[in-house]
Amino acid sequence: MANLRPVPEAREFDLTKDTLRELNLFLHKHAAEDGVSRIRVQNPNGAHSIACGLNADLEVHIHGHVGYYVAGMNQHASVTIYGNAGPGAGENMMSGRVHIKGFASTAAGASAHGGLLIVDGDASLRCGISLKGADIVVGGSVGSFSAFMAQAGRILICGDAEDALGDSLYEAVIYVRGKVRSLGADARFEPMSDADRASVKNLLTAAGLSHDPGEFKRVASAKSLYHWHADANQEY
Amino acid sequence: MCGIVGLLVKNKTLRSQLGALMVPMLTGMTERGPDSAGLAVYTEPVADDMHKLSLYSGEHAVDWPALLEGLREHFSEHSAIAINGNHAVLSSAADPDRVSDWIARHAPTVAVLSVGHAIDLYKDVGAPADIARRYRFNALSGTHLVGHTRMATESAVTPAHAHPFTAGRDFCLVHNGSLSNPHLVRKHLEPLGIEFETDNDTEAACRFFEWRLREGDDLESAVQRGFSELDGFYTFLMGTDKELLIVRDAFACKPAIVAETDDYVAIASEFRSLAHLPHIAHATLFEPKPEEIYSWRI
Repeated sequence: MANLRPVPEAREFDLTKDTLRELNLFLHKHAAEDGVSRIRVQNPNGAHSIACGLNADLEVHIHGHVGYYVAGMNQHASVTIYGNAGPGAGENMMSGRVHIKGFASTAAGASAHGGLLIVDGDASLRCGISLKGADIVVGGSVGSFSAFMAQAGRILICGDAEDALGDSLYEAVIYVRGKVRSLGADARFEPMSDADRASVKNLLTAAGLSHDPGEFKRVASAKSLYHWHADANQEY
Repeated sequence: MCGIVGLLVKNKTLRSQLGALMVPMLTGMTERGPDSAGLAVYTEPVADDMHKLSLYSGEHAVDWPALLEGLREHFSEHSAIAINGNHAVLSSAADPDRVSDWIARHAPTVAVLSVGHAIDLYKDVGAPADIARRYRFNALSGTHLVGHTRMATESAVTPAHAHPFTAGRDFCLVHNGSLSNPHLVRKHLEPLGIEFETDNDTEAACRFFEWRLREGDDLESAVQRGFSELDGFYTFLMGTDKELLIVRDAFACKPAIVAETDDYVAIASEFRSLAHLPHIAHATLFEPKPEEIYSWRI
């Protein structure tokens, strides 16, 4: 059936033919000029920095596996990766939504200030390191040192966590459903309040997941590292 | 930063394409390692009473036929040589240690890069694509291989500092990362009579593991022992004539990804070096977990 809508605001790039620079230039500049809001990327083949630094309400669909820093520094855009992501996916994102349908390598969502990062599979080590306000939902498990020094924001882990979860946490909050191999320094389990359950429900809904919020545990900072203790003898 | 690649073909019909499948893997890691590259390829082994020695003369002109003639005069055992520019593979029934000593005395500009029954080793400075062309990597066949592209961070850019490093027979290792206690490791090994050729940190790891193999460990036990002896960041990829093994340190700072199908196991620092492989869309992809040992046998 013929599409009765006006010319769809869509554009396709194939990274076996188009260069990464052409793609990113289009996303940064020409998409707005041409009134294109929906971009499909084929054959990313592990390229780095795809859809980095976007600053517009675009919908980017990447079909395949991507390399380092996909959708880093994202603002406003919604970037979906139908594949796995290399290190630093959604690093330092400010707003918008980044959705990885496969697994994410190390440091997913590192130092992200805002927006929502969803990883359907596992996220490797240091997921959400130095998080500064974004929300991260991991459908699978996370590697060691996840949420290290996370300052603000929420990390929802539907699977397990490896060692040192939440080491040196500030005000970020972690919700974890599975087993935690070990908590990091100053991280502790805390009771779930109604507000926490509502928060978990809200994150699950945003990520399209249907777990029972009652299955999650809250991990937050005991705040014993907030002030220097001369008597602590460096044992935390 | 460096790039590592490994490939082991399970499907014997792919053995003739081993090099051709690998070259895009190696050149795909050029940005991670533009200053040198190297490759260990494991071929059909020579007869039990023979050894292969990969020889490299760098910028020095060497009269390979004359070298072979000299060897034949000195050693009564059979010897043959396959020449490729400044590189040659010598096969000989003579004791390989005696052959190496003879070469050191009579052809001091020639380096012995590897010794074994199945290993051929190539390494040089320059762009990976140039090195692949120089030694016709495209045409190589074999069961498995270990490759490396180097961006030097801790010692000089010379062919000797390029990876893979070898020690003993048929053993090689490549490394992405940096060790913080190579000198301590070396201090432990040197009194045991183990000699070093460079000041490179990776060589310390290579000689440590090979020492453990000689002491009776299997490769996995040697790597297990390495967790407490080797300090630093590493993704190590190792080869023996029978297996390919990868391991990452506890912090997994250095990347690695594995693609496995019924036909092959391919390993690289990044997926972009695997994207061209046949049926990659149906491969099982995973990143090796920290301090977990993954190995595959031919």
